[in-house]
Amino acid sequence: MKILVCISHVPDTTSKINFSDSDSKFDPTGVQFVINPNDEFGLTRAMWFKEKQGAAVEVVTVGGPEVEPTIRKALAIGADSAIRVDIPAVDGLQVARELAAVVKDGGYDLIIAGRESIDYNGGMVPGMLAELTGAEFVNNCIGLEVEGNTATASREMDGGKETVTAGLPLVIGGQKGLVEESDLRIPNMRGIMMARKKPLNVIPAANSSVETEFVKFEKPAPKGAVKLVDEGNLDELIDLLHNEAKAI
Amino acid sequence: MSVLVYTESEQGKFKKSAFEAASYARAVADQMETSVTAVAVNQDDVSELGNYGVDKVLKIASSEAFNAKQYAHYIKQAAETESADIIVLSSTADSRYLAPILAVGLNATYASNVIEAPSSVSPFTVKRTAFTNKAYGLLAMHSDKKVIGVSSNAFGLVEKPVQTTVSDFNPELVNSSLAVQSIDKDTGQVSIADAEIVVSAGRGLKGPENWGMVEELAEVLGAATACSKPVSDLGWRPHSEHVGQTGKPVASNLYIAIGISGAIQHLAGVNASKVKVVINTDPEAPFFKAADYGVVGDAFEVVPKLIEKLKVFKAQNA
Ligand SMILES: Cc1cc2nc3c(=O)[nH]c(=O)nc-3n(C[C@H](O)[C@H](O)[C@H](O)COP(=O)(O)OP(=O)(O)OC[C@H]3O[C@@H](n4cnc5c(N)ncnc54)[C@H](O)[C@@H]3O)c2cc1C
Ligand SMILES: Nc1ncnc2c1ncn2[C@@H]1O[C@H](COP(=O)(O)O)[C@@H](O)[C@H]1O
Repeated sequence: MKILVCISHVPDTTSKINFSDSDSKFDPTGVQFVINPNDEFGLTRAMWFKEKQGAAVEVVTVGGPEVEPTIRKALAIGADSAIRVDIPAVDGLQVARELAAVVKDGGYDLIIAGRESIDYNGGMVPGMLAELTGAEFVNNCIGLEVEGNTATASREMDGGKETVTAGLPLVIGGQKGLVEESDLRIPNMRGIMMARKKPLNVIPAANSSVETEFVKFEKPAPKGAVKLVDEGNLDELIDLLHNEAKAI
Repeated sequence: MSVLVYTESEQGKFKKSAFEAASYARAVADQMETSVTAVAVNQDDVSELGNYGVDKVLKIASSEAFNAKQYAHYIKQAAETESADIIVLSSTADSRYLAPILAVGLNATYASNVIEAPSSVSPFTVKRTAFTNKAYGLLAMHSDKKVIGVSSNAFGLVEKPVQTTVSDFNPELVNSSLAVQSIDKDTGQVSIADAEIVVSAGRGLKGPENWGMVEELAEVLGAATACSKPVSDLGWRPHSEHVGQTGKPVASNLYIAIGISGAIQHLAGVNASKVKVVINTDPEAPFFKAADYGVVGDAFEVVPKLIEKLKVFKAQNA
């Protein structure tokens, strides 16, 4: 079995978000980047397939040279090889088209992506990639097994859970549940040393067109101070929620 | 070239998010001086859509229960029949699932988490949340066709009664090897995604045996119950209740956080809620900085009192 894990390189949630160029661009100065959390769950599940079922695991990212530390981290966690498609990622459809070009000749059985990236929160690359390559797709995936040519996958729905079977190749939009938090791995020294010797192939982009652009970013207006209500006066809270906030 | 909207329903009832999507589609259609066509699958009674400005409804009788690829192709065919360039969907799990498939099918770009009517229709520019609610971005979409995913509880319901024509639509089926084996629905509960009010509790509640009051508060308010990540990791509550950056997103009208500190990863997933109330013993808990209303106090005393007072309030305002 051959697995491709799509990795998006995102600012850690605790980073302060700032913009430059008259608020039209995200400013990465001083920001710590990490593997998108949803992709980390997927990568860990891929390692399970590698260890239990002998799968070969390749990771891919679309981005400039600045994303290499993130993809190296995926190699240190245990992926066998990596691909970087050498073009800045600016739009979900563009990224999906670039990834589709990688998938087309790759012979992957399983393509693991995340339900959304925590930077632009598009939630679109996996579904687009599936449709562009003619693969089946399961979003919000919280459980995945493969036997022979059939995958069994569970997805979280609003108010429940659905389990499906699908033929391969399959693309998933993964999330927590694929593995638990406690299963996530921190790269150890040996992994980091080995990662240096693993192949990281930089390939030219297909130069897919970019059809959207952020013209301006803004931050939410600073929140007014919280209104504190004394615990002996909960009627006031109910009154505020009813008459002021109109929430009950 | 009307604006197309997918109006989702469940068990013969439209979801509230369907009316929100329809309201949004109407606003776009007004800006573009055109009409609104809705697609409804396996929904007999579509009369309510007229209240939200839907001029025409295409009714599809599907032999298949929800299948994202199938439904995306239904909507694609409807868009082609109506020569629609703009397709509006809600932010339910199912709509988010099918939207990217639909976008590729139509060669369209897709904007998710959209919170306002377009600021311009040429170029088509929408405001959406980004960086997990830490910023907004104005996105200009230059493709001919666009798929717009509207956030819950952001644009709201806008009534605009019109005459609606209804016709049956019989799209072709697509091939899919995907087959549903089982569905486990949390029966009888309000789901976090559909809920107007979410009552959520954290590690401050000390143990699963103390959740009775959380459930009771939710029941009085007609709310869904949720929890912080450690609570589900500890097995106190099911994983389906975990909200936050790595859990379910919440965009309710009212979010009540009991014994939750307000870590950034928790806030990232719930900040889109309109009104936030915090009940916490520690006045320094970070959640107070993100909240609208707060009570500094012991949940074990505050929550039962609040339940009693809300019962009185509900009885008076019924
Ligand atoms: C990558 C990553 C992703 C994460 N994703 C999520 C996520 O999606 N969702 C999430 O929730 N967390 C997430 N976390 C964890 C997050 O950082 C916090 O650890 C977590 O939210 C804390 O949960 P808590 O507030 O319930 O517990 P605590 O931080 O232990 O807070 C308990 C609170 O209860 C209060 N309290 C104690 N006793 C009482 C009482 N009697 N009455 C009232 N209040 C009381 C305390 O003052 C305290 O503020 C993530 C962390 C990481 C690193
Ligand atoms: N630049 C990228 N390179 C590789 N994979 C990506 C990239 N951007 C997004 N993805 C994948 O698509 C998922 C969803 O991203 P998005 O649609 O941007 O929210 C991520 O979790 C990744 O698995």
